Amino acid sequence: MALALRSMLRSVARKIQVRGYADAPKEGEMAFTFAAGNKVFYDKQVVKQIDVPSFSGAFGILPKHVPTLAVLRPGVVTVTENDGKQSKIFVSSGTITVNDDSSVQVLAEEAHPLENLDRSAAQEALSKAQSEFNSASNEQAKAEAAIAVEVAEEIVKAVSA
Amino acid sequence: MLGRFAPGVCTQVTMVVNQQQSRNMATLKAISMRLKSVKNIQKITQSMKMVSAAKYTRAERELRAARPYGEGAVQFYDKAEVAAPEDDPKQLYIAMTSDRGLCGAVHTGVSKVIRNRLSEPGAENIKVICVGDKSRAILQRLYGKHIISVANEIGRLPPTFMDAAKLANAIMTSGYDFASGKIIYNKFKSVVSYSQADLPLFSQKAIESAPKLAIYDSLDSDVLQSYMEFSLASMLFYALKEGACSEQSSRMTAMDNASKNAGEMIEKLTLTFNRTRQAVITRELIEIISGAAALE
Repeated sequence: MALALRSMLRSVARKIQVRGYADAPKEGEMAFTFAAGNKVFYDKQVVKQIDVPSFSGAFGILPKHVPTLAVLRPGVVTVTENDGKQSKIFVSSGTITVNDDSSVQVLAEEAHPLENLDRSAAQEALSKAQSEFNSASNEQAKAEAAIAVEVAEEIVKAVSA
Repeated sequence: MLGRFAPGVCTQVTMVVNQQQSRNMATLKAISMRLKSVKNIQKITQSMKMVSAAKYTRAERELRAARPYGEGAVQFYDKAEVAAPEDDPKQLYIAMTSDRGLCGAVHTGVSKVIRNRLSEPGAENIKVICVGDKSRAILQRLYGKHIISVANEIGRLPPTFMDAAKLANAIMTSGYDFASGKIIYNKFKSVVSYSQADLPLFSQKAIESAPKLAIYDSLDSDVLQSYMEFSLASMLFYALKEGACSEQSSRMTAMDNASKNAGEMIEKLTLTFNRTRQAVITRELIEIISGAAALE
């Protein structure tokens, strides 16, 4: 009787111990890494949902998303944390990786929280990029200016929204 | 007999004394010059240490931000179990060094890894891209025909993503159709330690034939291409950051050692300088006194 009780206690203790690793992502949770060249926003943190803009259309990632690769387009990444807090971060370009162990990596070239962006500065950048686009002499300069225009447009759109 | 010889001996003796005196004066001068130059060197190494210490703190801070980035970039290759194709032996090695020397063995370490690989059989299919003039200087003499391009102007300023993107672009447009490869860089561990590490490189074909790629959803070759290009830039960016941090920390230690050695040298030189000076003074005194005594 005592032996059975002890073994039961032990198994309970083990269960509690297992539960003790609260920070490490468990089965069915997604470890989210969001880093840019300038800053790390999330490092293997468990979050509820991530909405990302990609070239094949914007999509949301929930735990146990099917593994995929995608390329970020300029836009706003929305991260919903476990406590429901949402943070919106603007990204210029980059990659999204969803692995089969439910870990998600979003790597951006440049990323900034939306509240750090200034509308008038964005507008200015947009007009500058547009004039550069119009005065571009060769194909490559034109393509580069087109990208600048696209990013600036998205920033303006994101800030005004 | 003696009288006849004495004047000759006397002149000989004075000549010797004169010679010695002038030699002593000369050594005194030489020592003081040497001392001055060593002191200058110490000043230079000390300020170089200060500069690299400041640069190191910045590099370390930036590296901390770049680590998750680099790890994230490699994750996919790890998890999709991408492997180098066995039927295509063409490989590309990228040596991540910089233009600046005086920083211990960071550059030789990276170059040595590549040199060892190139001295093994099957090296004829390996090409090397040197990032930084130092690796080129080391590899050029023996393995010049393996080098396909060299990037310089690395190491003066902290690396940016732009640099990495330019590098990635140069690698993509180099015209070398590699199947797999490695980025060899110095991985920073602590102020006193770093080690050579590598990041994998794969061609699109290698990725497409990866065993676990099938589980990844909605892939087309365009997405894969863009993804690969971006992850190459990310990995290069990460390797640049690691390299810059190791370099600065290693330069800091190297310059600290150089200052210490210069200090030791200064100590020894000052001692000899003072001793010689004392000897010169003593001898001059003896000459004056004995001259005065002879007059009495």
